[in-house]
Order: sequence, then structure tokens, then C-alpha cells
Amino acid sequence: MLDWFTYFADWLTYSLFNLTAGSRLAGAVHFFIEDTSKILVLLLVLIYLIAVLRASLNPEKVRYYLQGKNRFLGYILGSVFGSVTPFCSCSSIPLFMGFISARIPLGVTIAFLLTSPLINEVVVVMLGSLLGLKFTLIYIAIGLSLGISAGFLIDTIKGERWLAPFLAAQYKRDDAIPEIEHVHKSMTLVERHQFAKKEMLTIFTRIWKWVVVGVAIGAAIHGAIPDAWFSEYLGAGQWWSVPVATLLAIPMYVNATAIVPIIESLLLKGVPLGTTLAFCMSAVAVSLPEFMMLKQVMKTQLLILIAGYLLVALSLLGWLFNAVNF
Amino acid sequence: MKNINVYGSGCKNCTTTAELIEKTALQLQVEINISKVSDLQAIMEAGIVSTPAVSVDGKLVHSGSVPDQQKVKEFLS
Repeated sequence: MLDWFTYFADWLTYSLFNLTAGSRLAGAVHFFIEDTSKILVLLLVLIYLIAVLRASLNPEKVRYYLQGKNRFLGYILGSVFGSVTPFCSCSSIPLFMGFISARIPLGVTIAFLLTSPLINEVVVVMLGSLLGLKFTLIYIAIGLSLGISAGFLIDTIKGERWLAPFLAAQYKRDDAIPEIEHVHKSMTLVERHQFAKKEMLTIFTRIWKWVVVGVAIGAAIHGAIPDAWFSEYLGAGQWWSVPVATLLAIPMYVNATAIVPIIESLLLKGVPLGTTLAFCMSAVAVSLPEFMMLKQVMKTQLLILIAGYLLVALSLLGWLFNAVNF
Repeated sequence: MKNINVYGSGCKNCTTTAELIEKTALQLQVEINISKVSDLQAIMEAGIVSTPAVSVDGKLVHSGSVPDQQKVKEFLS
């Protein structure tokens, strides 16, 4: 079924634009048309379907489920919920405070917040359509484990020391944990449809430009930079390329949506899987604006710790995937 | 006179929510006193997990998104 998009790109590139097959320009244009058309159509359809399924899930409900859970189960659930719960990134601060004041362990909250930008339905759809099922599953597994182990680590070293003072006080209070009231509403199909339609339109209008930007960068890499450049500078031969790629990506503020076509391009150019993953996940997981925001609720030590953890974890991961050939 | 608080960290969605409520109140000719709450501690103490959130006379009526106009009419009337 996905062949249609290839035929469509063939027709536009070679017949309508009359570009010579095999030239660099034609390659880049073809790549751009095929990927943007395929991704945008799939996104529209799948965002709708996924939104129908998860219409009744929201941060309040997640908080209800996470409260009072066993620590280890909490990390896993936190990560999984982080990947499926929709929330606006401007909500991450109230969400953080809401979880802390319900005395959900800090680690569980961190697991939730860290997984959330890495995995969401848009990224999964894009990975699936561009890079196939196996790669998507690997990506999801890594995203979840990054969140789970971050949560474990932060609770083990008592990260709550570095919460902002007003939150630390709230977290340490030893009076009875406030029971959270939660009213479960069941939704009718019509309500689900309305939610999904709205969700589809909001997400789509927000991300289509990211898709275009991402694919354009991917296409530029595809058409303009010779393969030899990559194997010389980013090949598996240089061990340091992994941490350098991770470090370089930290200040980049890239939406996960834009990164997937770039992943595809880098892999096609023969950049090793581990280096690509480390670079891209680092670009998505850590961003300066997000960190500036989190600065309001945690001290610098905790932020540095999280950034340091990601640097180490992603480098290890990069080396592992470069060594093991998938 | 209804006292309305719009909670949020000052992002675009929160401003949109406040404007929508003001506009709707004007249409319905309901007198309101609206204030935007962006102080983090106040947001936490109101028990809010996702913003933008709206409370009417101290009772939380909406959270997590820009409410649609129908919903605004419901909690204003």
C-alpha cells in the first residue's frame, strides 16, 4: 500500500518536473515528495484512530493510577503512561507539581516526564512508516528503559534533595497523603469521535511544518552530502563520535517529529545505528527551553544530573548498538 | 458576579482560554471577575495537574485544554 507514495513521487519528479533519474537533485526531490506525502497522510489517519482509543486518558487519571503504587512498578507505569498520555508541553510544570504533591515518588514523575517527549503517537507512526517495525520497537524499548532507569537512579540517590524548596517541603510532609478523588467518566463513541477529530486537527496543524522541515533537512543530507564524508567523520571506527554526537545534540531544540526523517537519512548514508540513535534521542529528550522551565521546580544540581545521566546512558547505548549489528 | 480564575504558566493556550471566557461572558451578559493565576505554588495548591485550568467561585470546572465555547457557556450560566 505504501508503494503508492513511491509511484506518486516518481510521477512528480520524473514526469512533471522532468528531472533526470539518478541525479542528486532528483534523488533529493524524490525523497522529499515521497516522505512528506506518506507521512502526512498516515499521520492524519493514525492520529485520529489513536485519539479515539485514548480519548479518556488524561494527566489527572494517570496521577490517580500512579499514586501509592510499588516503586518499581511505578517506574514502569510512569514511563508507559508518559508515552501514551497527551499533554501540552506547557503543562509539564503543573503536572510535575501535581504528581509531587500527590507524593508520587520523584523518580516515577521523572520517568513520566522523560519518556513523554521521546515517545508519542506521531513519532511511532513516522518511525513505522519510514524505518519499519523492527526499528520502531527498538526505539520504543530504548525510550521506555531510559525513563525507567532514570527514575530508579534519581530515587536511589535521593534526588528530592534538589527540588525547589516549596516542593521539597510538600514532598516531605508526613501527614496522611491526600486521597485523590477521581471520577471515572465513560465516554460514548460520539464523544470519542469529537475528541479525536479535534485532536487530529490540533496535532496536525501543529506538526505539519515540523514534518516538512525534518524531511527537507533529510532530503538535503540525502542529496548534498557525499557518503564518504559520513563514513570518514561519523563511521563506527571513531569511538568518540558517539559522545560527541550526543553532546552536540543537547542544545538543539528539535521536535521528535522533525528528527525521524533525519534519522532515516543518516542511516541511509551509512552512519552507524548507535551514533544515529544517540544523536537523535539526545536532541529530542533534552532541550534548553524545557530545562529553563524545569528550573522553576528543581535546583540546578538535579537538572545537571539528568543531563549527565542522558549523556552517559545515550553514549553507552550508542556504543552498544554500534558494536552489535542489527 | 462570578469569580473566575484561569490557571496557567502564561502560555498561549491560557491566554486564549481567558479571552474566550471574557468574550462569552460578554455575550451572555454575565458579570465576571477574571484573574490569571500563574504563580506556581498557587497552581499546585489548587490541585491542578494540567493547564490551562479554570475555576469558578473556587470550584475547578475545567483543566487540560482550551475549553470549547459550549463548555464555557455551561459553567458561566
